[in-house]
Amino acid sequence: MGKLFAVVVTIITVVSTAIFIAHTWWLPPDISAHGHAIDRQLSETMISSGVLFVLSQLALALFAWRFGDREDGRRVKPFPGGATPMVVFAAVLVGAEILTLTLVGAKVWAGVFQTPPDPNSLQIDVQAEQFAFYFRYPGPDGRFGATHPELINEASENFFGLDPARDTSARDDIVVPTLTIPLNRPIALTLRAKDVNHAFYVPELRIQQDFVPGLTIPLHFTATQTGRYEIVCTQLCGLGHYNMRAYIEVLPQAQFDQWLKDKAAQQ
Amino acid sequence: MTHATVAGAHRHAPPQGFLRKHVFSLDHKVIGKQYLDLALVAVCTGMILSWLMRFHLAWPETPIPGLAKLSPNGAAGGVITPEYYLSLMTMHGTIMVFFVLTTAPFAGFGNYFLPIQVGAEDMAFPRINMMSFWVTLVAFLVLISAFVVGDGPPLSGWTAYAPLSAVGKDAGPGQGVGQTLWAVSITLFCVAQLLGALNFVTTTLDLRTKGMSLARMPYSTWAWFITSVIGLIAFAVLMPACILLILDRVAGTSFFIPAGLVISDRLQPHAGGSPLLWQHLFWFFGHPEVYIAILPGFGIISHILPVFARKPLLGPRVMIACLVAIAFLSYTVWGHHMFLSGMNPFSATLFSVPTLVITIPATIVTLLWIGTIYGARLRFTTPALFCLGFVSVFVSGGISGFFLAQPSIDTYLHGTYFVVGHFHFVMGVAAMFGIFAATYFWAPKMFGRMMNETLGKWHFWLTFIGVYCVFMPMHYLGLAGNVRRYSAFTDDYLKPLIPLHRFITVAALFTGAAQLIFLFNLIRSRFRGPQAPDNPWEATSLEWSTTSPPPFDNFGGRPPVVERGPNEYGIGSGARGVDYGMQAAAARVSAR
Amino acid sequence: MTTVASPPAQPPGPPTPAAPPVVEQPRPRPAQTGVWIAIAAISMTFAALTSAMVVRGSAAADWRHFRLPPILYLNTALLLASSAVLEAGRRRVAAHLVWVTLGLGLVFVVGQVVAWRQLVAQGLFLATSPSSAFFYVFTALHGLHVLGGLGGLGYVLRRFDAAGPAPVPALGAAALYWHFMDVLWLCVLVLLVLRV
Repeated sequence: MGKLFAVVVTIITVVSTAIFIAHTWWLPPDISAHGHAIDRQLSETMISSGVLFVLSQLALALFAWRFGDREDGRRVKPFPGGATPMVVFAAVLVGAEILTLTLVGAKVWAGVFQTPPDPNSLQIDVQAEQFAFYFRYPGPDGRFGATHPELINEASENFFGLDPARDTSARDDIVVPTLTIPLNRPIALTLRAKDVNHAFYVPELRIQQDFVPGLTIPLHFTATQTGRYEIVCTQLCGLGHYNMRAYIEVLPQAQFDQWLKDKAAQQ
Repeated sequence: MTHATVAGAHRHAPPQGFLRKHVFSLDHKVIGKQYLDLALVAVCTGMILSWLMRFHLAWPETPIPGLAKLSPNGAAGGVITPEYYLSLMTMHGTIMVFFVLTTAPFAGFGNYFLPIQVGAEDMAFPRINMMSFWVTLVAFLVLISAFVVGDGPPLSGWTAYAPLSAVGKDAGPGQGVGQTLWAVSITLFCVAQLLGALNFVTTTLDLRTKGMSLARMPYSTWAWFITSVIGLIAFAVLMPACILLILDRVAGTSFFIPAGLVISDRLQPHAGGSPLLWQHLFWFFGHPEVYIAILPGFGIISHILPVFARKPLLGPRVMIACLVAIAFLSYTVWGHHMFLSGMNPFSATLFSVPTLVITIPATIVTLLWIGTIYGARLRFTTPALFCLGFVSVFVSGGISGFFLAQPSIDTYLHGTYFVVGHFHFVMGVAAMFGIFAATYFWAPKMFGRMMNETLGKWHFWLTFIGVYCVFMPMHYLGLAGNVRRYSAFTDDYLKPLIPLHRFITVAALFTGAAQLIFLFNLIRSRFRGPQAPDNPWEATSLEWSTTSPPPFDNFGGRPPVVERGPNEYGIGSGARGVDYGMQAAAARVSAR
Repeated sequence: MTTVASPPAQPPGPPTPAAPPVVEQPRPRPAQTGVWIAIAAISMTFAALTSAMVVRGSAAADWRHFRLPPILYLNTALLLASSAVLEAGRRRVAAHLVWVTLGLGLVFVVGQVVAWRQLVAQGLFLATSPSSAFFYVFTALHGLHVLGGLGGLGYVLRRFDAAGPAPVPALGAAALYWHFMDVLWLCVLVLLVLRV
């Protein structure tokens, strides 16, 4: 029975690890300026914790194989050196690992979430609601109109609660359901929620952030590849949660400028 | 320690009559079994819900026969609607976390064995103990009633994030009556567990028999003791949080609901509340709750593994120290659930450090188990196999914690199946393996009958391989960016992952079916199993010094006198003779 | 210490690590211990509510200050007096003083209800403002715990009536809990005075 256990645990360990190593299922290619740091952090954690995983599972398998009761009158053997050396070894090893991970990881995290956005960033307002995202650009005047929750009206497509009748800066605001951004230009999003918690997740951008009603949450990134990617909501937001998504369209600067001009003209 | 005996002698005459004996019993053993039976009902309910969800995820269009009858609205024509999927998920999580993973390893086995293991006749406050169970039962019934009352069960997840959980009916079906029932149920559950934990702590502190110093307590008792201390703090925080949630829902207050919310085209009549406040209160409870689920498992494994290794546990004092360290640290890490919640990003770093530090005691505990097996004479009984399986799945689940504890990586993995795989391994499967080990180990004591070993081994192998097939692929899904809490994968980038989901579903159905073997074994052996001797496993702790099952007052009116610790295995010559020392001489119990 | 004949009880083998001599421990009082543990848990609950109050107070500018109903101070005096009476009752193991405490405790609860009615008369309801909401939550939760304490006192009085020795441990535990209700109320009152 011990040998069977050892074999099963070994097979499980080898197969699980092999799939990780082969990247059979893996992260989609990174399209952000900051993503490589996250990917590297993930790979380093994968290697160091993978070694721990394989070693502990194999030790378990080996001991189960070796130390079955064979009724041979053999006496049990204590673990060499007792608990103390092992405890010290484990504490130092794991301690060193988490120290490294924290030092490097905190820098990566700070690079994404604790640095102010580039002052030349393109400012875009994001409104999340059950079950859609809307994006607002300031329009030619470069200023966002004020929002009034009581004016929000789905039927007239006033998703942000703008008041163009009285508010001049709101008149030229561009509101679209797809996030269109220029390549290689820092983007600064301002996240607001109309009703409940939502989240902004673009796997390719390596970015995820909750929307919290009542809070205004900044988020910034730079996309380094053109293309069309999905934005999905990862915070349980109600019945249509699974269907809450939008697209992010990364265009070369020239194309983006043209797009913005066309949109402004339509206002 | 005279109190337990003298005061107990007239306090505890065996009850007469069916009701007093089996239903409204004050006997901790009956209450423990009631908790376990409740957990069994709950776990079957929770598992059926997970089957429905898994089936729907793999074949979203295929109707499930009979389901339309159960829920005409939620599954018209047998196909689960997106909102009903979320309801099933909410109920699955709530039932499993509260009514299975808390009631079985902690309230159930703890109630039955903690008093016996410290040599007491009963808990310190039997009446409060009975109340604890009955309030738990009412809480369970209140929760389950959400299936039939109103518009169905709530759909805001077991974490019930506000404002989705706080605004009421506008947020969807089930967010009306269903969510209120949920909040009432959890409030009651908190009260029940506080009463239970009060008993556990007092019994451990005050009712230990002569010679049972703290250092001589079995590890399972230690774990239940530490768990109840965690529970006293955790449930004492969740309870007021739930009360505030109920008030937001029914009394129009605004604790968690900010101003200006427009839900279902209706401006909500609330202002000024803080959604993050709910998250903080919830996770201040929620993370320690993870340890409430798993620490009894730690204790159970540390208790059982030496029995079948025929070897003392490696580093007993280190083990206790690690349990205490984990309990302490568990209160400093709740923010790691909220890295991306919009709280100050700087605090993410602060919360990530203790989260990573907690891996040190967890690693040491694991190594102590593995080190205990070294040089052992392992007897591969079913409980022993589940102990070994526990170590394996705990390692697998614990390792992925390294990823999620780092905010930078959590940025990518948060909200994906990686998290689902992680917590199912580490607190779901590992805790279940602890429960299985405990059941096979203690069933002879509890029912006086042995469970069938062959069936037990089949159950182990199928479950062990099954859970790896179910939960390991979830890590791959998470790496590929597969988001959780989705009832269907309509997104373009998720479609290629559907085959892997089908594999998981098939594995989950098989693993679930394997549990029928357990159920059959459990029920059959309870009535038909061979008579169990007093100490079938040759173990040392006090429960094995009395009869199987123990008499009403546990030791036949002669409390044991403890002479040594629980760790006396592998002593003697090593020949076929006796290789262990009981904590106390066997008590003479006349009445069976 | 009886070594009952039982096969695996006394194996031969290396001596077990020198067992520390079993010291005669003081007689444990589970009721007392239980109350101390309950005190810890209840304190945690009120600490959680206090932190919720602080967080909620800073979440938005809708905190409406109001003057606490003056009857609260009278209630405070009543509760303190009841505690003093109970302490005397505990020392003398006198049932009639426990009855007095019970009465004073009931009057306290009634007084708290009067305080609520006074607030309602001012137009301050549960949902009027976060300040009034927390006021009601704190006083209601404290009141419930006081009612629990009254139940405990009732239990002690029943034990007084029953045959057998006077319920000294139960009385001691009930008194401890009752004094804690004082301390808790004073903390709540200070908090309310400072923030509401």
